[in-house]
Amino acid sequence: MGMTFAEKVLASKAGLDRVVPGQIVEISPDVALSHDNAAAIYGIFKKIGVPSLARPETVVIILDHATPAPSTNHAENHRIIRQLVKEQGITHFYDVGEGICHQILVEKGLALPGEVVLGSDSHTPHAGVMGALAAGIGRSEMASIWATGALWLRVPESMRITVTGQLPEGVMSKDLALQVIGDLGADGALYMSVEWQGEAIAALDLSARATLPNIMAEMGAKNSFLPPDQKVLDYLQARAQRPFAVVLPDADARYEVDLVYDASDIRPMVARPHSVDNVAPVAQVAGTRVDQAFIGTCTNGRLEDLAAAAGVLKGRHVAPGTRLVVIPASREVYLQALRAGYLQTFVEAGGMVESPGCGPCMGNHLGVPAVGEVSISTANRNFQGRMGTKDSQVYLASPLVVAASAVAGKIAHPADL
Amino acid sequence: MAFKGRVWKYGDNVNTDVIFPGKYTYTVSDPAQMAQYAMEDLDPRFAEQVRPGDVVVGGANFGCGSSREQAVTCLKMAGVGAIVAKSFGRIYYRNCINNALPALACAEAVDALQEGEEVEVDLEAGEIRVGSGTYHFPPLPSMALAMMEAGGLIPYTRKKLGLA
Ligand code: SF4
Repeated sequence: MGMTFAEKVLASKAGLDRVVPGQIVEISPDVALSHDNAAAIYGIFKKIGVPSLARPETVVIILDHATPAPSTNHAENHRIIRQLVKEQGITHFYDVGEGICHQILVEKGLALPGEVVLGSDSHTPHAGVMGALAAGIGRSEMASIWATGALWLRVPESMRITVTGQLPEGVMSKDLALQVIGDLGADGALYMSVEWQGEAIAALDLSARATLPNIMAEMGAKNSFLPPDQKVLDYLQARAQRPFAVVLPDADARYEVDLVYDASDIRPMVARPHSVDNVAPVAQVAGTRVDQAFIGTCTNGRLEDLAAAAGVLKGRHVAPGTRLVVIPASREVYLQALRAGYLQTFVEAGGMVESPGCGPCMGNHLGVPAVGEVSISTANRNFQGRMGTKDSQVYLASPLVVAASAVAGKIAHPADL
Repeated sequence: MAFKGRVWKYGDNVNTDVIFPGKYTYTVSDPAQMAQYAMEDLDPRFAEQVRPGDVVVGGANFGCGSSREQAVTCLKMAGVGAIVAKSFGRIYYRNCINNALPALACAEAVDALQEGEEVEVDLEAGEIRVGSGTYHFPPLPSMALAMMEAGGLIPYTRKKLGLA
Protein backbone atom coordinates (compact mmCIF):
# COMPACT_ATOMS: atom_id res chain seq x y z
CA MET A 1 0.00 0.00 0.00
CA GLY A 2 1.23 3.48 -0.84
CA MET A 3 1.86 6.44 1.41
CA THR A 4 0.24 9.85 1.70
CA PHE A 5 2.31 12.96 1.10
CA ALA A 6 2.94 13.48 4.83
CA GLU A 7 3.93 9.85 5.36
CA LYS A 8 6.31 9.93 2.40
CA VAL A 9 8.10 13.11 3.47
CA LEU A 10 8.38 12.11 7.12
CA ALA A 11 9.62 8.61 6.24
CA SER A 12 12.29 9.97 3.97
CA LYS A 13 13.38 12.67 6.47
CA ALA A 14 13.54 10.10 9.25
CA GLY A 15 15.55 7.72 7.06
CA LEU A 16 12.86 5.03 7.19
CA ASP A 17 11.27 2.98 4.43
CA ARG A 18 7.80 3.71 5.69
CA VAL A 19 5.98 5.22 8.63
CA VAL A 20 2.42 4.86 9.93
CA PRO A 21 0.07 7.41 11.50
CA GLY A 22 0.71 7.82 15.22
CA GLN A 23 4.39 6.95 14.95
CA ILE A 24 6.78 9.47 16.47
CA VAL A 25 9.83 10.38 14.42
CA GLU A 26 12.68 12.77 14.97
CA ILE A 27 13.50 14.93 11.99
CA SER A 28 15.69 17.88 11.05
CA PRO A 29 13.56 20.57 9.39
CA ASP A 30 14.84 22.30 6.26
CA VAL A 31 13.38 25.59 7.45
CA ALA A 32 12.81 26.83 11.02
CA LEU A 33 10.64 29.95 10.71
CA SER A 34 9.91 32.53 13.36
CA HIS A 35 8.82 36.17 13.46
CA ASP A 36 8.53 38.83 16.16
CA ASN A 37 8.49 35.99 18.68
CA ALA A 38 12.16 35.26 17.91
CA ALA A 39 13.24 37.43 20.87
CA ALA A 40 11.26 35.27 23.29
CA ILE A 41 12.62 32.15 21.59
CA TYR A 42 16.15 33.48 22.01
CA GLY A 43 15.49 33.85 25.74
CA ILE A 44 14.50 30.18 25.95
CA PHE A 45 17.42 29.19 23.71
CA LYS A 46 19.86 30.86 26.10
CA LYS A 47 18.44 28.83 28.98
CA ILE A 48 19.30 25.65 27.12
CA GLY A 49 22.91 26.76 27.35
CA VAL A 50 24.45 26.11 23.93
CA PRO A 51 26.41 29.05 22.56
CA SER A 52 25.32 28.92 18.92
CA LEU A 53 22.61 27.68 16.57
CA ALA A 54 23.00 24.07 15.47
CA ARG A 55 22.01 24.79 11.84
CA PRO A 56 21.90 28.56 11.29
CA GLU A 57 21.39 28.13 7.53
CA THR A 58 17.90 26.69 8.22
CA VAL A 59 16.81 29.50 10.53
CA VAL A 60 14.56 32.16 9.00
CA ILE A 61 13.34 35.23 10.91
CA ILE A 62 10.84 37.65 9.39
CA LEU A 63 9.53 40.65 11.36
CA ASP A 64 5.87 41.17 10.55
CA HIS A 65 3.52 41.03 13.53
CA ALA A 66 3.82 44.60 14.71
CA THR A 67 5.76 46.45 12.02
CA PRO A 68 6.83 49.21 11.99
CA ALA A 69 6.85 49.10 15.78
CA PRO A 70 3.73 50.66 17.33
CA SER A 71 5.23 51.06 20.82
CA THR A 72 8.56 51.21 22.62
CA ASN A 73 8.02 47.65 23.87
CA HIS A 74 7.57 46.40 20.34
CA ALA A 75 10.60 48.38 19.14
CA GLU A 76 12.72 46.91 21.92
CA ASN A 77 11.56 43.45 20.87
CA HIS A 78 12.71 44.14 17.30
CA ARG A 79 16.04 45.51 18.55
CA ILE A 80 16.74 42.31 20.48
CA ILE A 81 16.01 40.28 17.35
CA ARG A 82 18.36 42.34 15.18
CA GLN A 83 21.05 41.80 17.79
CA LEU A 84 20.40 38.06 17.87
CA VAL A 85 20.58 37.92 14.07
CA LYS A 86 24.02 39.54 14.24
CA GLU A 87 25.27 37.43 17.13
CA GLN A 88 24.20 34.18 15.53
CA GLY A 89 25.06 35.02 11.93
CA ILE A 90 21.53 34.41 10.63
CA THR A 91 21.46 35.16 6.91
CA HIS A 92 17.74 34.58 6.24
CA PHE A 93 16.57 37.67 8.11
CA TYR A 94 13.90 40.02 6.77
CA ASP A 95 13.40 43.23 8.70
CA VAL A 96 10.23 45.28 9.16
CA GLY A 97 8.56 46.37 5.94
CA GLU A 98 9.40 43.25 3.94
CA GLY A 99 6.05 41.55 4.57
CA ILE A 100 4.20 38.73 6.31
CA CYS A 101 6.36 35.73 7.17
CA HIS A 102 4.33 33.10 5.29
CA GLN A 103 4.22 35.22 2.15
CA ILE A 104 7.93 36.09 2.34
CA LEU A 105 8.95 32.45 2.83
CA VAL A 106 7.27 31.67 -0.50
CA GLU A 107 8.44 34.79 -2.37
CA LYS A 108 12.05 34.31 -1.32
CA GLY A 109 12.11 30.70 -2.52
CA LEU A 110 12.65 29.32 0.99
CA ALA A 111 9.53 27.12 1.06
CA LEU A 112 10.26 24.31 -1.37
CA PRO A 113 8.55 21.14 -2.57
CA GLY A 114 9.26 18.00 -0.59
CA GLU A 115 10.90 19.90 2.28
CA VAL A 116 9.91 20.21 5.93
CA VAL A 117 9.10 23.68 7.26
CA LEU A 118 8.48 24.12 10.99
CA GLY A 119 7.38 27.54 12.16
CA SER A 120 6.54 29.10 15.51
CA ASP A 121 3.31 30.43 14.03
CA SER A 122 0.03 28.60 13.69
CA HIS A 123 -0.42 29.45 10.01
CA THR A 124 2.86 27.81 8.99
CA PRO A 125 0.85 25.22 6.96
CA HIS A 126 0.64 28.05 4.37
CA ALA A 127 3.93 26.79 2.85
CA GLY A 128 2.05 23.68 1.74
CA VAL A 129 1.11 25.76 -1.32
CA MET A 130 4.63 25.00 -2.58
CA GLY A 131 4.32 21.28 -1.83
CA ALA A 132 6.23 21.44 1.44
CA LEU A 133 5.27 19.69 4.67
CA ALA A 134 4.78 22.75 6.85
CA ALA A 135 3.55 22.71 10.44
CA GLY A 136 3.26 25.12 13.33
CA ILE A 137 5.10 24.55 16.61
CA GLY A 138 5.57 26.38 19.92
CA ARG A 139 8.36 28.65 21.11
CA SER A 140 10.15 26.10 23.33
CA GLU A 141 10.13 23.75 20.39
CA MET A 142 11.71 26.37 18.16
CA ALA A 143 14.37 27.07 20.80
CA SER A 144 15.07 23.37 20.94
CA ILE A 145 15.44 23.23 17.14
CA TRP A 146 17.84 26.16 17.27
CA ALA A 147 19.90 24.22 19.84
CA THR A 148 19.76 20.73 18.34
CA GLY A 149 18.62 21.12 14.73
CA ALA A 150 15.89 18.52 15.28
CA LEU A 151 12.43 17.94 16.77
CA TRP A 152 9.94 15.12 17.39
CA LEU A 153 6.90 14.92 15.17
CA ARG A 154 3.93 12.59 15.21
CA VAL A 155 3.09 11.10 11.82
CA PRO A 156 -0.40 12.47 11.12
CA GLU A 157 -3.47 10.74 9.78
CA SER A 158 -4.31 12.15 6.36
CA MET A 159 -7.41 13.63 4.76
CA ARG A 160 -7.79 13.99 0.99
CA ILE A 161 -9.96 16.71 -0.52
CA THR A 162 -10.54 16.42 -4.26
CA VAL A 163 -12.08 19.48 -5.88
CA THR A 164 -13.64 19.00 -9.29
CA GLY A 165 -15.28 21.53 -11.59
CA GLN A 166 -14.62 25.25 -11.62
CA LEU A 167 -15.37 28.08 -9.19
CA PRO A 168 -18.21 30.29 -10.50
CA GLU A 169 -17.67 33.96 -11.37
CA GLY A 170 -17.41 36.11 -8.23
CA VAL A 171 -16.43 33.14 -6.05
CA MET A 172 -12.89 32.87 -4.70
CA SER A 173 -10.78 30.14 -3.10
CA LYS A 174 -11.60 31.77 0.26
CA ASP A 175 -15.24 30.81 -0.25
CA LEU A 176 -14.23 27.21 -0.92
CA ALA A 177 -12.09 27.19 2.22
CA LEU A 178 -14.92 28.62 4.35
CA GLN A 179 -17.39 26.11 2.94
CA VAL A 180 -15.07 23.19 3.82
CA ILE A 181 -14.42 24.50 7.35
CA GLY A 182 -18.12 25.13 7.84
CA ASP A 183 -18.86 21.55 6.83
CA LEU A 184 -16.13 19.88 8.88
CA GLY A 185 -15.88 22.21 11.88
CA ALA A 186 -12.99 23.90 13.65
CA ASP A 187 -11.63 20.51 14.72
CA GLY A 188 -12.54 18.75 11.48
CA ALA A 189 -8.95 17.94 10.61
CA LEU A 190 -7.38 17.86 14.06
CA TYR A 191 -3.77 16.56 13.90
CA MET A 192 -4.25 15.71 10.20
CA SER A 193 -2.40 16.26 6.96
CA VAL A 194 -4.98 17.79 4.60
CA GLU A 195 -3.97 16.95 1.04
CA TRP A 196 -5.77 18.68 -1.84
CA GLN A 197 -6.03 17.64 -5.47
CA GLY A 198 -8.27 17.99 -8.49
CA GLU A 199 -8.84 20.14 -11.56
CA ALA A 200 -10.32 23.06 -9.63
CA ILE A 201 -7.14 23.31 -7.54
CA ALA A 202 -4.91 23.03 -10.59
CA ALA A 203 -6.87 25.84 -12.28
CA LEU A 204 -6.20 28.31 -9.44
CA ASP A 205 -3.27 30.72 -9.57
CA LEU A 206 -0.70 30.34 -6.78
CA SER A 207 -2.09 33.28 -4.85
CA ALA A 208 -5.57 31.78 -4.71
CA ARG A 209 -4.14 28.38 -3.86
CA ALA A 210 -2.19 29.74 -0.88
CA THR A 211 -5.40 30.67 0.92
CA LEU A 212 -6.28 26.97 1.28
CA PRO A 213 -3.34 25.55 3.27
CA ASN A 214 -3.12 28.85 5.16
CA ILE A 215 -6.60 28.54 6.59
CA MET A 216 -6.48 24.78 7.17
CA ALA A 217 -4.81 25.68 10.45
CA GLU A 218 -8.30 26.81 11.52
CA MET A 219 -9.57 23.28 10.99
CA GLY A 220 -6.88 21.90 13.30
CA ALA A 221 -4.67 20.54 10.53
CA LYS A 222 -1.02 19.79 11.20
CA ASN A 223 -0.13 20.59 7.60
CA SER A 224 -1.85 20.93 4.26
CA PHE A 225 -0.45 19.99 0.87
CA LEU A 226 -1.15 21.10 -2.67
CA PRO A 227 0.56 19.15 -5.46
CA PRO A 228 3.30 21.26 -7.06
CA ASP A 229 2.67 21.53 -10.80
CA GLN A 230 4.26 23.47 -13.65
CA LYS A 231 2.95 26.76 -12.20
CA VAL A 232 4.88 26.12 -9.00
CA LEU A 233 8.02 25.04 -10.85
CA ASP A 234 7.88 28.15 -13.06
CA TYR A 235 7.40 30.38 -10.01
CA LEU A 236 10.38 28.78 -8.27
CA GLN A 237 12.65 28.86 -11.32
CA ALA A 238 14.20 32.21 -10.46
CA ARG A 239 13.46 32.09 -6.72
CA ALA A 240 14.37 28.70 -5.22
CA GLN A 241 17.32 29.11 -2.89
CA ARG A 242 18.19 25.39 -2.94
CA PRO A 243 17.72 22.43 -5.25
CA PHE A 244 14.63 20.40 -4.32
CA ALA A 245 12.74 17.26 -5.29
CA VAL A 246 8.95 17.22 -5.65
CA VAL A 247 7.17 14.64 -3.48
CA LEU A 248 3.66 13.53 -4.44
CA PRO A 249 1.36 11.16 -2.56
CA ASP A 250 1.07 7.62 -3.93
CA ALA A 251 -2.07 6.90 -5.93
CA ASP A 252 -2.92 4.00 -3.59
CA ALA A 253 -2.23 5.89 -0.35
CA ARG A 254 -4.63 5.29 2.53
CA TYR A 255 -6.63 8.34 3.62
CA GLU A 256 -8.53 8.39 6.91
CA VAL A 257 -11.04 10.77 5.32
CA ASP A 258 -11.62 11.15 1.59
CA LEU A 259 -13.85 14.00 0.42
CA VAL A 260 -14.95 15.33 -2.95
CA TYR A 261 -16.20 18.86 -3.58
CA ASP A 262 -17.59 20.28 -6.80
CA ALA A 263 -16.25 23.83 -7.13
CA SER A 264 -19.24 24.88 -9.22
CA ASP A 265 -21.46 24.41 -6.13
CA ILE A 266 -19.51 26.93 -4.03
CA ARG A 267 -21.17 30.28 -3.29
CA PRO A 268 -19.76 33.45 -1.68
CA MET A 269 -19.45 32.76 2.06
CA VAL A 270 -18.70 34.57 5.29
CA ALA A 271 -17.57 33.30 8.68
CA ARG A 272 -19.64 34.97 11.39
CA PRO A 273 -18.38 35.90 14.87
CA HIS A 274 -16.66 34.31 16.78
CA SER A 275 -15.54 31.19 15.01
CA VAL A 276 -14.32 30.48 11.51
CA ASP A 277 -16.61 27.44 11.22
CA ASN A 278 -19.68 29.60 11.91
CA VAL A 279 -20.22 30.11 8.18
CA ALA A 280 -23.16 31.33 6.16
CA PRO A 281 -23.76 32.33 2.54
CA VAL A 282 -23.19 36.07 2.06
CA ALA A 283 -26.84 36.35 1.06
CA GLN A 284 -27.88 35.31 4.56
CA VAL A 285 -25.98 38.06 6.42
CA ALA A 286 -26.16 40.72 3.70
CA GLY A 287 -27.14 44.07 5.16
CA THR A 288 -25.23 43.66 8.44
CA ARG A 289 -23.67 47.07 9.31
CA VAL A 290 -19.88 47.32 8.81
CA ASP A 291 -17.71 49.86 10.66
CA GLN A 292 -14.43 48.70 9.22
CA ALA A 293 -13.36 46.64 6.23
CA PHE A 294 -9.84 45.19 6.24
CA ILE A 295 -8.15 43.74 3.16
CA GLY A 296 -4.79 42.10 3.81
CA THR A 297 -3.12 39.31 5.88
CA CYS A 298 -1.29 36.15 4.86
CA THR A 299 -4.65 34.68 3.85
CA ASN A 300 -5.73 37.27 1.28
CA GLY A 301 -3.24 40.12 0.95
CA ARG A 302 -1.65 39.16 -2.36
CA LEU A 303 -1.70 40.90 -5.74
CA GLU A 304 -4.66 38.90 -7.09
CA ASP A 305 -6.62 39.71 -3.92
CA LEU A 306 -5.87 43.41 -4.25
CA ALA A 307 -6.74 43.25 -7.96
CA ALA A 308 -10.12 41.73 -7.14
CA ALA A 309 -10.80 44.37 -4.49
CA ALA A 310 -9.62 47.23 -6.73
CA GLY A 311 -11.95 45.98 -9.45
CA VAL A 312 -14.86 46.49 -7.07
CA LEU A 313 -13.66 49.85 -5.71
CA LYS A 314 -12.70 51.44 -9.04
CA GLY A 315 -14.91 54.47 -9.59
CA ARG A 316 -16.74 53.88 -6.30
CA HIS A 317 -16.36 55.25 -2.79
CA VAL A 318 -16.27 53.72 0.66
CA ALA A 319 -19.60 54.32 2.41
CA PRO A 320 -19.81 57.28 4.82
CA GLY A 321 -19.25 55.99 8.37
CA THR A 322 -17.25 52.98 7.18
CA ARG A 323 -13.45 52.73 7.13
CA LEU A 324 -11.34 50.71 4.68
CA VAL A 325 -7.81 49.55 5.58
CA VAL A 326 -5.68 47.83 2.94
CA ILE A 327 -2.34 46.17 3.78
CA PRO A 328 -0.41 44.37 1.03
CA ALA A 329 1.13 41.10 2.23
CA SER A 330 4.64 42.03 1.13
CA ARG A 331 6.86 44.72 -0.33
CA GLU A 332 6.75 42.86 -3.66
CA VAL A 333 2.95 42.83 -3.63
CA TYR A 334 2.92 46.50 -2.59
CA LEU A 335 5.14 47.51 -5.51
CA GLN A 336 3.16 45.46 -8.02
CA ALA A 337 -0.13 46.89 -6.74
CA LEU A 338 1.39 50.36 -6.90
CA ARG A 339 2.43 49.93 -10.52
CA ALA A 340 -0.91 48.40 -11.46
CA GLY A 341 -2.70 51.41 -9.99
CA TYR A 342 -4.60 49.42 -7.35
CA LEU A 343 -3.23 51.42 -4.44
CA GLN A 344 -4.33 54.61 -6.13
CA THR A 345 -7.79 53.11 -6.57
CA PHE A 346 -7.98 52.30 -2.85
CA VAL A 347 -6.92 55.77 -1.79
CA GLU A 348 -9.21 57.47 -4.30
CA ALA A 349 -12.06 55.36 -2.96
CA GLY A 350 -11.38 56.75 0.51
CA GLY A 351 -9.36 53.80 1.84
CA MET A 352 -6.09 53.77 3.80
CA VAL A 353 -3.05 51.81 2.56
CA GLU A 354 -0.54 50.73 5.21
CA SER A 355 2.95 49.24 4.96
CA PRO A 356 3.29 45.44 4.59
CA GLY A 357 2.80 43.33 7.72
CA CYS A 358 0.06 41.75 9.83
CA GLY A 359 -1.51 45.07 10.86
CA PRO A 360 -4.73 44.73 12.88
CA CYS A 361 -5.15 40.99 12.13
CA MET A 362 -4.34 40.07 15.73
CA GLY A 363 -5.18 43.41 17.25
CA ASN A 364 -1.72 44.94 17.34
CA HIS A 365 -2.19 48.22 15.44
CA LEU A 366 -3.11 50.00 12.19
CA GLY A 367 -6.86 49.87 12.53
CA VAL A 368 -8.12 48.00 15.57
CA PRO A 369 -11.88 48.21 16.11
CA ALA A 370 -13.59 50.07 18.95
CA VAL A 371 -15.87 48.40 21.47
CA GLY A 372 -19.12 47.42 19.82
CA GLU A 373 -17.88 47.82 16.26
CA VAL A 374 -18.29 45.37 13.41
CA SER A 375 -15.34 44.47 11.17
CA ILE A 376 -15.24 42.45 8.01
CA SER A 377 -11.80 41.13 7.15
CA THR A 378 -10.02 38.91 4.65
CA ALA A 379 -8.10 37.23 7.49
CA ASN A 380 -8.30 33.62 8.63
CA ARG A 381 -9.34 33.96 12.28
CA ASN A 382 -12.19 35.74 14.05
CA PHE A 383 -11.98 34.51 17.64
CA GLN A 384 -13.48 36.76 20.25
CA GLY A 385 -10.90 39.44 21.04
CA ARG A 386 -8.77 38.61 18.01
CA MET A 387 -8.65 42.19 16.71
CA GLY A 388 -8.02 43.73 20.12
CA THR A 389 -11.31 43.93 22.03
CA LYS A 390 -13.59 41.05 22.93
CA ASP A 391 -16.53 43.38 22.56
CA SER A 392 -16.43 43.58 18.80
CA GLN A 393 -17.62 41.40 15.96
CA VAL A 394 -15.35 40.12 13.21
CA TYR A 395 -16.69 38.60 9.99
CA LEU A 396 -14.34 36.88 7.54
CA ALA A 397 -14.81 36.85 3.78
CA SER A 398 -13.10 37.05 0.39
CA PRO A 399 -11.50 40.28 -0.91
CA LEU A 400 -14.44 40.70 -3.29
CA VAL A 401 -16.98 40.60 -0.48
CA VAL A 402 -14.92 42.78 1.86
CA ALA A 403 -14.46 45.42 -0.86
CA ALA A 404 -18.15 45.38 -1.72
CA SER A 405 -19.04 45.65 1.98
CA ALA A 406 -16.80 48.72 2.29
CA VAL A 407 -18.69 50.37 -0.54
CA ALA A 408 -22.12 49.39 0.77
CA GLY A 409 -21.32 50.10 4.44
CA LYS A 410 -22.92 46.75 5.15
CA ILE A 411 -22.12 43.17 4.23
CA ALA A 412 -22.58 42.76 0.48
CA HIS A 413 -21.36 40.92 -2.59
CA PRO A 414 -20.16 42.91 -5.65
CA ALA A 415 -23.16 41.59 -7.55
CA ASP A 416 -25.42 43.48 -5.09
CA LEU A 417 -23.81 46.88 -5.67
CA MET B 1 2.27 11.75 40.83
CA ALA B 2 -1.20 12.60 42.12
CA PHE B 3 -2.81 15.84 43.18
CA LYS B 4 -6.15 17.31 44.16
CA GLY B 5 -7.90 20.45 43.01
CA ARG B 6 -11.16 22.02 41.95
CA VAL B 7 -12.78 21.82 38.53
CA TRP B 8 -13.05 24.86 36.25
CA LYS B 9 -15.34 23.75 33.46
CA TYR B 10 -15.66 25.28 29.97
CA GLY B 11 -17.12 24.28 26.60
CA ASP B 12 -15.87 23.26 23.16
CA ASN B 13 -13.26 25.12 21.10
CA VAL B 14 -11.76 27.17 23.93
CA ASN B 15 -9.19 29.06 21.85
CA THR B 16 -5.81 30.55 22.64
CA ASP B 17 -7.09 34.12 22.28
CA VAL B 18 -9.49 33.73 25.21
CA ILE B 19 -6.90 31.83 27.28
CA PHE B 20 -4.22 34.47 26.72
CA PRO B 21 -5.24 37.54 24.67
CA GLY B 22 -3.09 38.36 21.64
CA LYS B 23 -2.70 41.98 22.71
CA TYR B 24 -0.41 40.86 25.55
CA THR B 25 1.83 38.60 23.49
CA TYR B 26 4.50 41.23 22.95
CA THR B 27 3.96 43.29 26.06
CA VAL B 28 3.92 40.68 28.85
CA SER B 29 7.03 38.53 28.83
CA ASP B 30 7.48 37.53 32.47
CA PRO B 31 5.92 34.06 32.91
CA ALA B 32 4.87 34.81 36.50
CA GLN B 33 2.99 37.87 35.28
CA MET B 34 1.18 35.90 32.57
CA ALA B 35 -0.89 34.11 35.22
CA GLN B 36 -2.84 37.27 36.00
CA TYR B 37 -4.21 37.41 32.43
CA ALA B 38 -5.14 33.72 32.23
CA MET B 39 -8.62 33.23 30.75
CA GLU B 40 -9.20 36.99 30.81
CA ASP B 41 -11.68 37.01 27.91
CA LEU B 42 -13.43 33.79 28.92
CA ASP B 43 -13.76 33.87 32.69
CA PRO B 44 -12.73 37.04 34.52
CA ARG B 45 -12.92 35.24 37.91
CA PHE B 46 -10.38 32.64 36.96
CA ALA B 47 -7.03 34.42 37.42
CA GLU B 48 -8.06 35.74 40.82
CA GLN B 49 -9.55 32.58 42.26
CA VAL B 50 -7.57 29.70 40.75
CA ARG B 51 -5.58 27.63 43.27
CA PRO B 52 -2.60 25.29 42.85
CA GLY B 53 -3.71 21.86 41.64
CA ASP B 54 -6.96 23.05 40.11
CA VAL B 55 -8.03 21.28 36.96
CA VAL B 56 -9.25 23.04 33.83
CA VAL B 57 -11.85 21.02 31.95
CA GLY B 58 -12.78 21.71 28.33
CA GLY B 59 -14.75 20.06 25.56
CA ALA B 60 -13.45 19.29 22.07
CA ASN B 61 -10.48 21.09 20.51
CA PHE B 62 -9.25 22.82 23.68
CA GLY B 63 -6.53 25.36 22.90
CA CYS B 64 -7.25 25.69 19.19
CA GLY B 65 -5.90 28.70 17.38
CA SER B 66 -2.58 30.41 17.78
CA SER B 67 0.76 28.74 18.47
CA ARG B 68 1.30 31.10 21.41
CA GLU B 69 2.89 29.15 24.22
CA GLN B 70 1.78 31.79 26.74
CA ALA B 71 -1.66 30.17 26.57
CA VAL B 72 -0.08 27.16 28.29
CA THR B 73 2.43 29.08 30.40
CA CYS B 74 -0.23 31.33 31.94
CA LEU B 75 -2.20 28.29 33.20
CA LYS B 76 0.95 26.53 34.36
CA MET B 77 2.04 29.63 36.28
CA ALA B 78 -1.45 30.01 37.70
CA GLY B 79 -0.88 26.61 39.31
CA VAL B 80 -3.19 24.53 37.13
CA GLY B 81 -2.38 20.86 37.72
CA ALA B 82 -3.84 19.40 34.55
CA ILE B 83 -6.17 20.10 31.67
CA VAL B 84 -8.80 17.49 30.90
CA ALA B 85 -10.56 17.80 27.54
CA LYS B 86 -12.25 15.72 24.86
CA SER B 87 -9.50 16.70 22.42
CA PHE B 88 -6.83 19.36 22.13
CA GLY B 89 -5.65 21.79 19.47
CA ARG B 90 -2.54 20.25 17.93
CA ILE B 91 0.03 22.90 18.81
CA TYR B 92 -1.56 23.47 22.20
CA TYR B 93 -1.18 19.78 23.02
CA ARG B 94 2.49 19.92 22.04
CA ASN B 95 2.99 23.07 24.08
CA CYS B 96 1.46 21.38 27.13
CA ILE B 97 3.78 18.42 26.90
CA ASN B 98 6.74 20.66 26.23
CA ASN B 99 5.91 22.66 29.35
CA ALA B 100 5.17 19.63 31.53
CA LEU B 101 1.51 20.53 31.99
CA PRO B 102 -0.50 17.28 31.75
CA ALA B 103 -3.02 17.46 28.88
CA LEU B 104 -5.39 14.55 29.35
CA ALA B 105 -7.87 13.50 26.67
CA CYS B 106 -10.81 11.82 28.39
CA ALA B 107 -14.30 12.49 27.06
CA GLU B 108 -16.05 10.48 29.79
CA ALA B 109 -14.42 12.47 32.55
CA VAL B 110 -15.30 15.73 30.80
CA ASP B 111 -18.98 14.76 30.73
CA ALA B 112 -18.91 13.70 34.38
CA LEU B 113 -16.92 16.51 35.97
CA GLN B 114 -18.95 19.34 37.51
CA GLU B 115 -17.89 22.95 37.87
CA GLY B 116 -16.30 23.59 41.27
CA GLU B 117 -16.19 19.99 42.47
CA GLU B 118 -13.08 18.44 43.98
CA VAL B 119 -11.15 16.09 41.71
CA GLU B 120 -8.07 13.93 42.13
CA VAL B 121 -5.75 13.22 39.21
CA ASP B 122 -3.26 10.37 39.31
CA LEU B 123 -0.87 10.61 36.37
CA GLU B 124 0.89 7.29 36.99
CA ALA B 125 -2.31 5.31 37.38
CA GLY B 126 -3.95 7.19 34.50
CA GLU B 127 -6.97 7.97 36.66
CA ILE B 128 -9.27 10.90 37.28
CA ARG B 129 -11.24 10.39 40.50
CA VAL B 130 -14.36 12.32 41.53
CA GLY B 131 -17.49 11.68 43.52
CA SER B 132 -19.27 10.17 40.53
CA GLY B 133 -16.56 7.62 39.84
CA THR B 134 -13.12 6.95 38.42
CA TYR B 135 -12.24 7.70 34.81
CA HIS B 136 -9.25 6.43 32.90
CA PHE B 137 -7.18 8.28 30.35
CA PRO B 138 -4.75 6.69 27.89
CA PRO B 139 -1.14 6.80 29.08
CA LEU B 140 0.97 9.54 27.51
CA PRO B 141 3.35 8.45 24.71
CA SER B 142 6.75 7.49 26.12
CA MET B 143 8.44 10.51 24.54
CA ALA B 144 5.92 12.78 26.26
CA LEU B 145 6.36 11.04 29.61
CA ALA B 146 10.12 11.43 29.41
CA MET B 147 9.63 15.11 28.73
CA MET B 148 7.21 15.49 31.66
CA GLU B 149 9.68 13.77 33.96
CA ALA B 150 12.48 16.06 32.86
CA GLY B 151 10.25 19.07 33.59
CA GLY B 152 9.58 19.98 29.97
CA LEU B 153 11.25 20.15 26.59
CA ILE B 154 13.98 22.60 27.59
CA PRO B 155 15.38 20.60 30.52
CA TYR B 156 14.90 17.49 28.37
CA THR B 157 16.95 19.07 25.57
CA ARG B 158 19.65 20.10 28.05
CA LYS B 159 19.87 16.53 29.24
CA LYS B 160 20.10 15.26 25.67
CA LEU B 161 22.92 17.70 24.93
CA GLY B 162 24.72 16.60 28.10
CA LEU B 163 24.30 20.02 29.70
CA ALA B 164 22.32 18.86 32.73
S1 SF4 C 1 -1.44 38.13 8.95
FE1 SF4 C 1 -2.57 37.45 10.76
S2 SF4 C 1 -2.75 35.23 10.53
FE2 SF4 C 1 -1.17 35.92 9.09
S3 SF4 C 1 0.77 35.68 10.20
FE3 SF4 C 1 0.06 37.77 10.55
S4 SF4 C 1 -1.12 37.71 12.48
FE4 SF4 C 1 -0.90 35.60 11.73
